[in-house]
Amino acid sequence: MSTTVREALKTGGDVLDLRLGQCPKGWRGVVSGLSPVAELRIPWTEMERRLLEMGFVEGAAVEILHDGPIMRDPIAVRVDDITIALRRAAANSILVRAEE
Amino acid sequence: MSTAPLSIPGFALVGCPNCGKTALFNALTGHHQKVANYPGVTVERKEGALTTPDGKTVRLVDLPGTYSLRGRSPDEAVTRDVVLGRLDGEPLPDALICVADATNLRLVLRLVMELKALNRPLILALNMVDIAKRQGCEVDVDRLSQELDIPVIPTVAVRRGGVTSLFEAIDQLADRAKAGPAGPVTWREPTSQEIRAAHKEAERILKACAFRPGDQRLTGRLDKVLLHPVWGLLILLAVLFLMFQAVFAWATPVMDGIKAAFDLLNTQIQAMMPDGLLRSLLTDGLIAGVGSVVVFLPQILIMFLFIILLEDFGYMARAAFLMDRLMGSAGLHGRAFIPLLSSFACAIPGIMSARVIENRRDRLATILVAPLMTCSARIPVYTLIISAFVPNRDVAGVMGLQGLVMFGLYATGILSALAVALVMKRLVWREVAEPFLMEMPAYKWPNPRNVLLGLWQRASMFLQKAGTIILAIMILIWFLSSFPGAPADAIEPAINYSIAGMVGHWIQPVLAPIGFNWQIAVALIPGMAAREVAVGALGTVYALSATGEEVGSALQPILAAQWSLPTALALLAWYIFAPQCASTLAVVRRETNSLRWPVALFLYMMVLAYSAAFLTYHIAEWALA
Repeated sequence: MSTTVREALKTGGDVLDLRLGQCPKGWRGVVSGLSPVAELRIPWTEMERRLLEMGFVEGAAVEILHDGPIMRDPIAVRVDDITIALRRAAANSILVRAEE
Repeated sequence: MSTAPLSIPGFALVGCPNCGKTALFNALTGHHQKVANYPGVTVERKEGALTTPDGKTVRLVDLPGTYSLRGRSPDEAVTRDVVLGRLDGEPLPDALICVADATNLRLVLRLVMELKALNRPLILALNMVDIAKRQGCEVDVDRLSQELDIPVIPTVAVRRGGVTSLFEAIDQLADRAKAGPAGPVTWREPTSQEIRAAHKEAERILKACAFRPGDQRLTGRLDKVLLHPVWGLLILLAVLFLMFQAVFAWATPVMDGIKAAFDLLNTQIQAMMPDGLLRSLLTDGLIAGVGSVVVFLPQILIMFLFIILLEDFGYMARAAFLMDRLMGSAGLHGRAFIPLLSSFACAIPGIMSARVIENRRDRLATILVAPLMTCSARIPVYTLIISAFVPNRDVAGVMGLQGLVMFGLYATGILSALAVALVMKRLVWREVAEPFLMEMPAYKWPNPRNVLLGLWQRASMFLQKAGTIILAIMILIWFLSSFPGAPADAIEPAINYSIAGMVGHWIQPVLAPIGFNWQIAVALIPGMAAREVAVGALGTVYALSATGEEVGSALQPILAAQWSLPTALALLAWYIFAPQCASTLAVVRRETNSLRWPVALFLYMMVLAYSAAFLTYHIAEWALA
């Protein structure tokens, strides 16, 4: 947990924020923000808009429904009422907060 | 296309992926469709015509599915450029029909907002309302129309009469289109803040229209099994095995039948006509050429039957999800396993099925490595050389040496395909990969009419576009192998006196470093027609009188006596990579819509084939010395 906290502080997020890519299958929460991670290979302005277009907006309810057979990657995420598949590396730029 | 008279209004269908847009397009235009490519890109262009209840004729173009007008991939860029009138040779649509899946409105509302900024007459077709009703999904259509300020028409694309009201709406749309655009295009690429704001607005509209999403429990239950790390993979393997088996084995009897029919036709003609050039052109050139085109049809139809069914059912996205990491490690898209797997049977349906990959660059990478998979046409060549040169004994008491060599050839093909894909990703296209970000659609029953229409389109496209090129090449190869004819006092087989024979002798010095004798060099020329033709051509060069299946067994002792082991191994290595398949090159030309890629494919495979044969020949010589 401490690494997550440190990371959250580093990226300017709240200490309560987690990165969606690090959450296990079955995890539920709410999108609290978008913030770039180092592994991304396309410019952040583009990646951010793509994630937003697929429904990862602040306040959206998310749940990790499935994970892939190799290294638990990619993940299938329920975003409000649709299901989106993405790699964990990309999901790491989605900040989430557990359901209160 | 752009040649249509200007008086006929042109409409465009826009929508998110998986919204049933193509089914709606089929329902509106029936089989009056033209499928082609947009000039210069690998993106498919579908156009059809329809007649409204008032008797107006409207051209309708089906644009690639997209979530926004930002044009994030080449396919989506086509959609953006067409609706903005930026694409050369493509008229600006007079009106737009946005298609929405009634059970899944959230993302499409944002697209509608972007489309409204184009200030063109626009309607929203609320598709699949039958499924929505069954799932208990609800939306206030009148309120939605009021909130969006555009007509909203409920439709059921897959049911007879399900698009009647859409036809009527198109009538009114045509009248509105005549008046021209309501104002200037105010669309520009939205910023992330604008996308957030649009989402908020979409959320508000959904609430206002009392939208209730459909019951997704069935999809959820199926996904629990189909995406399971163990069961999901096993089911995927079973599906793939069935598909491979179908393309490989079920197609064979039909293909044999087609071959037999064309052979019968040839024998009939040979019996009726005197021997001569005309007869040779007719039988060896024309009929054999047409036969070599038609013989691919069973495989293509079976392959696409599976693909269309899996795609329409919604399984393709699941398969891509399961395979993503495995294929991704070689720099390939998760969906690339379908084209690659079917290429084991034949690269033609394999390359055609690369259409399951939407992204152009990923599709090209797959098309370029697919011919490295060991296709069934290589088997006769492999069998001939292996049985002539590899002793039939057991290794470690369990495996046969011959089988082991065959396995090695297959494995080398797969490994080199992955290596080439990786090199291409790293060196050729150093720009960034598309992030894997994919909506998983709800499962749906495929609609028989759409499946049949899709099959018919694939088959006719293959026959028209690729078939004509294949036929032309076949006749060219016949010409090269038959002209000039042998002199009356000829002692050697006729092929030696032909252009092919001359070219074979002429290129032999180039092939000498890889251990090929002139007989192989000559056989490689007619062998351009298809890889397995090389066996028959070797038979011709060694002046065998045997035909058909017997050529192989008759050749074996001759080859074993006349070729050195390094030569035989070098030829095996050559055929792992050999680009000698005119049909593959023709299909790549057709699918990529450019001459650049088949040329690149031919050259890189040629370089690999030559290098592999060179290394094999010299290592074998050294080892045996």
